Amino acid sequence: MADPLRFHYKVDGSNFTSAGEASVEVKKKLRQLGFSPETIRKVSIAMYEGEINMVIHARGGDADVFVYPDRIEIVLADTGPGIADVDLAMQEGYSTAPDNIRTLGFGAGMGLPNMKRNSDSMRIDSTVGVGTTIYMTILV
Amino acid sequence: MTVGELCKTLDLTPFSVADEDRPISGGYIGDLLSWVMGRAESDQVWITIMSNQNIVAVATLADVAMILLAEGVCPDEGVANIAASRGINLYGSKLPAFELATRIGSLI
Repeated sequence: MADPLRFHYKVDGSNFTSAGEASVEVKKKLRQLGFSPETIRKVSIAMYEGEINMVIHARGGDADVFVYPDRIEIVLADTGPGIADVDLAMQEGYSTAPDNIRTLGFGAGMGLPNMKRNSDSMRIDSTVGVGTTIYMTILV
Repeated sequence: MTVGELCKTLDLTPFSVADEDRPISGGYIGDLLSWVMGRAESDQVWITIMSNQNIVAVATLADVAMILLAEGVCPDEGVANIAASRGINLYGSKLPAFELATRIGSLI
């Protein structure tokens, strides 16, 4: 199989207000590549939520997007505090975001559930004190 | 109904006019950004009182027709410029969200 197209982004953990730039960039690229609006929407939402999580919880990280003819894979890797209880974190409404983040409209405990809902498969590798890597696949 | 027609009919305040001809198919009201991301649909008017820069990214990714700030809320400094540079329609109104929704509902 041909090598996938790969887009790499550094997610800046210090600048909360500009968070989402990588997702907006990916959306633009997928649109240029001619993917359907539904696919683009799923990738955009899944990636944005992940990007926001990295900024809120992990001082940023790395985002990689691999574009295959039949699927899009997103890998979000950070060296943040890790997730102690992944099952709990996956519950809608559960959040450990600080109050200043909530006043900006985040921290509703919808991030990880939104990522799962918009991807066809999702895996979370997390070790407390080491970091978190999330793999998401969206079928085209 | 287009964004431009809605602006005229409801006497909205334009903060960023990117595409007045964009059609409006409905609306969504919400201030929790993840909720909006997951539930607002393409071509809807998104009514909110959130005014920070993150609303531009959410509007871009959810592909809404316009952001409509209710209750006389103004965008934070620099947000209107960012919306314009991203091609996002950003308007405001003194009316509360419910009032805006009922009026938009009767117009589309």
